[in-house]
Amino acid sequence: MTIGLAHYLTVSAILFTIGVLGIFVNRRNVIIILMSIELILLAVNINFVAFSSYLHNVQGQIMAMFVLTVAAAEAAVGLAILVTFFRNRGDIEVDDASMMKG
Amino acid sequence: MTLMAIAFYIMALITVAAGFLVITAKNPVHSVLFLILAFFSAAGLFVLLGAEFLAMLLVVVYVGAVAVLFLFVVMMLDVDFSKLRQGFANYLPIGGVVALLLMTELIMISFAVADRGAAAGNEPQAFTADATNIETIGRVLYTDYVYLFQAAGFVLLVAMIGAIVLTLKHRTNVKRQDISKQVGRQRKNAVAIVKVKTGEGIKE
Repeated sequence: MTIGLAHYLTVSAILFTIGVLGIFVNRRNVIIILMSIELILLAVNINFVAFSSYLHNVQGQIMAMFVLTVAAAEAAVGLAILVTFFRNRGDIEVDDASMMKG
Repeated sequence: MTLMAIAFYIMALITVAAGFLVITAKNPVHSVLFLILAFFSAAGLFVLLGAEFLAMLLVVVYVGAVAVLFLFVVMMLDVDFSKLRQGFANYLPIGGVVALLLMTELIMISFAVADRGAAAGNEPQAFTADATNIETIGRVLYTDYVYLFQAAGFVLLVAMIGAIVLTLKHRTNVKRQDISKQVGRQRKNAVAIVKVKTGEGIKE
């Protein structure tokens, strides 16, 4: 009952799929979509760290750190856009976010 | 080894279950709390893999900053979330099928890679006392990846400025103290001497 690389990759795959499914089913709710993106990036990070550990190479962890940086920046800007959107429209429904349509 | 396996299964199960509850919870506040749980258990998985520094980073950055940011925004926005859940069941069948296919493919690839890839047969890295995880990361991050490290700093700076610019609102009807205007005020702009004729008063 040893835990191998495949176990970690499976957890990562399931988490990634959950994130994709979350974007599918919560199409109207931007907040949940942003959280789903965070889940996807977490799955990517688990992949990076698992390979880093099993290949005995620390570069994977460095890449995971950069992914973490970008994820944090993305969350901050995404939520700022959300707040501005809410202020302009009083709602956060993405389905009718077509203000910029010509 | 059995203890490691038990710990892995507990962490993995909690991570996956919390991730699933993030996308299915009715209340977005609960979603955020499940997101925190997912990140916390993922940090546990990182510790099992020997990446202690990243585990702590995950707890500090995600649980401490990003999740709290989400919580702020969810609680700040006054939105009828039940309305936003309409169509949840509409997209579930097709989304579920796509997700199932995606998951099957990914897991098949995972097992193939773990079986025959470059890491096949390897044991997870064990960090010795003379080279800890943080030291190893620091040695690589500040030498080979120093430019990328600086670039990551710029990404964060741009994101910070962008978020401030996006949410800053100039209100026109608010009176603010302008010290240079106060100091630069002169007598001729403020006071006027008017000769008033008796019985007529002053017209604007």
